[in-house]
Formats: sequence, C-alpha cells, structure tokens
Amino acid sequence: MSAGAIVPEGPRPRHFGWARLGIYAFLIVAALFFLFPLYVMVLTSLKPMAEIRMGGLLAWPSDPTVEPWIKAWTSACTGLRCEGLRVGFWNSVIITIPSAVLAILLGMINGYALSFWRVPWANWMFAILMFGTFIPYQVLFYPLVRIASTLGLFGNLGGIVFVQVVFALPVMTLLFRNYYASLPEELFKAARVDGAGFWRTWFSIMLPLSGPMLVVACILKVTNTWNDYILGLIFAGRDNLPMTVQLNNMVNSTLGEREYNMEMAATLLTALVPLVIYFVSGRWFVRGIAAGAVKG
Amino acid sequence: MSQVSVRKVDIAFGSVPVLEQLDLEVAPGEFLVLLGPSGCGKSTLLNAIAGLLDVSRGQVWIGDRNVTWAEPKDRGIAMVFQSYALYPQMTVAQNMGFGLKIAGRPREEVDRRVREAAAMLQLTTLLGRKPAALSGGQRQRVAIGRALVRDVGVFLFDEPLSNLDAQLRNELRVEIKRLHQQLGTTMIYVTHDQIEALTLADRIAVMKDRTIQQLATPEEIYLRPANRFVAGFVGSPAMNFHAGAIEAGKSGPAFRRGELSLPLPDRFRDAGGAVELGIRPEHIVIGTGADALPAAVEMVEPMGAETLVWARVADEPFSLRVEHTVKLRPGDRIDLSFPGENVHVFRAGTGKRL
Ligand SMILES: Nc1ncnc2c1ncn2[C@@H]1O[C@H](COP(=O)(O)OP(=O)(O)OP(=O)(O)O)[C@@H](O)[C@H]1O
Ligand SMILES: [Mg+2]
Repeated sequence: MSAGAIVPEGPRPRHFGWARLGIYAFLIVAALFFLFPLYVMVLTSLKPMAEIRMGGLLAWPSDPTVEPWIKAWTSACTGLRCEGLRVGFWNSVIITIPSAVLAILLGMINGYALSFWRVPWANWMFAILMFGTFIPYQVLFYPLVRIASTLGLFGNLGGIVFVQVVFALPVMTLLFRNYYASLPEELFKAARVDGAGFWRTWFSIMLPLSGPMLVVACILKVTNTWNDYILGLIFAGRDNLPMTVQLNNMVNSTLGEREYNMEMAATLLTALVPLVIYFVSGRWFVRGIAAGAVKG
Repeated sequence: MSQVSVRKVDIAFGSVPVLEQLDLEVAPGEFLVLLGPSGCGKSTLLNAIAGLLDVSRGQVWIGDRNVTWAEPKDRGIAMVFQSYALYPQMTVAQNMGFGLKIAGRPREEVDRRVREAAAMLQLTTLLGRKPAALSGGQRQRVAIGRALVRDVGVFLFDEPLSNLDAQLRNELRVEIKRLHQQLGTTMIYVTHDQIEALTLADRIAVMKDRTIQQLATPEEIYLRPANRFVAGFVGSPAMNFHAGAIEAGKSGPAFRRGELSLPLPDRFRDAGGAVELGIRPEHIVIGTGADALPAAVEMVEPMGAETLVWARVADEPFSLRVEHTVKLRPGDRIDLSFPGENVHVFRAGTGKRL
C-alpha cells in the first residue's frame, strides 16, 4: 500500500458518472418538450391580435396586454351567450364541490364497512366494484340517461352530481378500502370492546386517521370532475354546462377571424384550477400515496 | 370478578376448523393462562370470549349470563392487545376514558377513574401525551390502564408483552401479577412464553391442535405433564426424550434402548411395549447411588448461574443442568442417576402419560 492511498473515511465521495449525466439530459429534454406548448400559449395569450398576425410564434410580446384574458373571462361568446368563461367557471365549481364531497364521503364509508365489518357477501361486492372500475363508462351512457331521466336527474345540477358520484364510487371505495386495510385490525377491535358502534368507530377513530387518503381522494376527484367534458355535456343540462364544455363551445363556434390570444387565455384559465391544486398539494399527495400503516 | 365458562365451542374460518368441542371453566378471580405454539387458536378462543368472533357452535357464559350473542361491550370484559391498539390521535387520558365516554358517564366520573387508573400504573405525568410520544412499555401500560378504567369483571390479555424487550417484559409481568392480587379480577392471559405462563398463572391451559391438551396448575403441568406434547412444550431447556421399550427385568421394570438400560420405578411394571421416556435436564443428578450409570461429557454450555452439560449414557445423548460451580470439560467421565419419581413415560403413538 503506498503512502498516498486515500483511506476511506466519512461520507462516501459522490460520483458524477455518465449514467447520471444521461438521466439529467433526458429529464431536461422531456421537461422542455412539455413546457414548450405552455410557453407558446402564455406568450400568445399576452399578445394583441395585430402582433399575432405578423407570425413569430416564439417571439417575446413587444406590447404585452391582459386584454385577451379579461375578454375570455367576461365577454367571450360561448355559443349564443356572450358572458365569458366565468359562467362556466362557477358552474364547474358548483358541480365539483358537491360531487367531490359526496363521492369521497360515500367511498370512505364504503371502504370502511368493507374492510372492518363482516358485511355479508363483502368479497363479492368488492369484486363487483373492482369490475366497475374497469368498465369503460361510455358503454353505460344510454341506460344511464334513461335511468337518470326517470329519476328526474337528467339535465340539471342534481343529474350531473349524481352521475359524477356514481362513476367515482368504485375508485373511491377501492382507495379507502385499501387504506383502511393497512390500519391495524386490533385498533378496530379495541374500539368495539370500548363500546363504539359502526358510526362512532368511524367518526372517532378512523376518520381522524384518514387524513393522507382524504388529500389523495380530494385531488383525484376534484381534478377529475373539473377536467370532465363528456358527462357534463350529456347530463348537466344547458344551464349548468361546466367550464370545459363552454371552452369547447367558445373555441369551436368562432365566426370570422380566430382570436388566438383570447382562446389561449381561456384554455389557460380552464386548466388553472387543477394546476393550482397540483402545485399546492403535490407534497401531501405523495405523502398520502406513500402512507402505510400508522404507528402508535 | 366473574366466572367464565366456554361450553362445547366450535369455531371455524370458512371450512377450516380452529377450535372443536372446547370446554373451559375459569373460576371467579382466577388467573388463567392459555399457552400454546403459534397458530394453535389461543387468540381465536380469546376473541370468542370477548365477543369479537362468533362461535359456530356452543355457548359462552360470563358471570351467570349466557353472552353467546352479546356485543363485546355488554359482556363485562376488557381487553389488552399485543399491538397496544391505542387510538393514535387521542391523548393518554382520552384513550383511557374513551369507553366510559361512549357509555355516557358524566365527565367528572370519567376524569376521576382515569386519574385513579393512571395513579395505579404510574401514568399520571403522561396523561396529556399522544401515544406516539410514549415508549413501548408506557404504551402497554396505557393499554392496561384503558382496560382498568372500565371496571369490569374479566380482563383478557392477548400476548400483551411480546412486543417488549426482555427487561421490560419482566417489569410488566410483575406489574400485572401485582394488579391481579390487588384487584382480584378474573384474568385470561394468552402467551406462548412459558416463563410468563408459569410465573403468572393459577392454572395453565396448554393448547394444541384445536383442543386443550392439559388444564392444571403450573406445578402439575411441570411435574406431571399429561402427554408428550405438554412435556416437550413446557420447560426450558427442553426435556430429554428417548424412544424405546419397557421390559420386565429381575429387579423390576426397565427402559431399554440399544445398550441403554434404565431401571424404572415399580409403577411401570405392567406397562410394557413401545414407549417414549422423558426426563428434565434439571432432574438428572451427578454421581452416587447404586443405579448410577457411567457417562461421558460431550459439550458444556455455561448459562450464568447454571451450566447445561451434554453427556452420553450408553451412546444415548442426555442434557443435564448443574450448578455453575461444577467444573466439567468435554471428555470427562461422570456417573449419572435418574431419580424414578422424575422420570416420565409416554405411550408411543398416542403420547399419553403412563
Ligand atoms: N381470519 C382468519 N381466517 C382464516 N383462518 C384464520 C383466521 N384467523 C386465524 N386463522 C387460523 O386459525 C388458527 C388459529 O389462529 P390464532 O390467531 O388463534 O392463533 P394463535 O394461537 O393466537 O397464534 P399466535 O401465537 O401466533 O398469535 C391459525 O391456524 C390461523 O391460520
Ligand atoms: Mg395470537
């Protein structure tokens, strides 16, 4: 051994090899690939029409304006009405909130019942639910329209919420069942010995432990409902069309010159809610997905 | 304190029977330990007594009520679990008071009883903490406290100490024993640790294969195991076993296996046939006596106060326990005697004690 040899001690030196370089290169290219359209959209939405007509898709706006954003929000025509996207925005809010609350609540209780209580035929019910998760829902539209209209739940707010809840139930149940199955069963037994019944155990013991899964379910359901197009189009009725449908109407019903800047602004506005949710809650989302058994 | 009586109970999971025709009578104030290897149905039996599991046949009585169909909370029992099962989001005080709160008892009463139980278990300073901020031993004490607060006639323990390290286990074992003496409550305690069983129990029920193999006092189980399984399961280091046959000799019956011929007490005169002989390491004595047999030391395992010696008698291996002061080395030649009153003989095949 020569005197100059390095003695391994303390933290291992980091190697920055080719493999790592390759990974970074790939990640950067992939990020650019997805960011490029966003970049173009944002730029275009800030340019006046005169500037857009000159071409120069990638050029920085020489005379930036928020006019297209204001127009998209307040006065753009979505079909026959010209009140902008804000109508659709509020419709979407009104659809999303009750759908998410109901779907999550019911899914949570379903999952709780299926994982802790010996419900007769529980395994069969769960199998059917699982199956429901995989059925392409387009197949069900026609019968569902008939059922909904018989129940008076077609073409109104109740209708779209009903459908949104029904389609979300399998996934929500699955999510919560698996989460509850990861909790120690003795916790449930202890509550039962203490005299807590079905609802009490759920409310006092299980609900406070459901935080991580609640966040995940919330993100999934809210973005899902917000991004939905086809269910809203079919079941919501003319007065309750969600933002996505109105955006589509706006973009497709243009007469004369296409107002690219305004359309870009409108699209960005529509995508804003899911984007904000992901940015704000990404950390909790990962934590919820990774949450296993609770210690304690 | 209440008596517990399990009458002809069957339990099956689907088509797999776990308990069959099980009878068990626990006297009021008794400390009964269910002892057995993993998977023998101890927890299943305890859960059935608690009402967490339905029986497929038979009855469960607690006090003098038939509680076969009653909910756990109506059976007058409290239970302590292996994993503590504390409610993570509640403080120690809330954990302990949860049962009473649900039962609708007034706040002052809940507070008072929680404080009393906490004082008994030295938990008073921890009442405001969450379970996550407690050590394993403290958590298990809280779990015991939660049972204590409910003021019931029967305590059920499902391996309450098996998640703790050896020292804590000893401490809490003493604490549980003290608690039993203080309260006089009926206790049913599941464990697969024979030291716990022997030290705590008034009576031990040794379980295996869906049934109770022997139900007796610790002393009886240790000195007169009912069959080969109980003999092998209880006692550490384990009993020596040798298969062979009983033959009638000039000077009375003897156990024979190859070159080995071991004189037996007269009570085995009429036994005859294929048997298994058992003797505990601590019952083999070095030296003296007319019946002593020559042996060669093979290996020596010091265990602190005692030493486990492996020796061969007529080519058959035996282990024996000696004081640590007895210095032996492999190759040493010694004489061993096998006191007749501590020799066990089991019928080959059935394993029944003769
Ligand atoms: N929910 C269940 N479904 C099917 N079989 C089960 C179920 N619970 C337990 N068993 C089976 O019943 C038998 C007894 O289980 P039990 O939990 O009572 O054992 P145990 O004596 O408590 O063991 P351990 O010392 O490991 O806790 C085991 O063979 C087990 O596989
Ligand atoms: Mg068990």
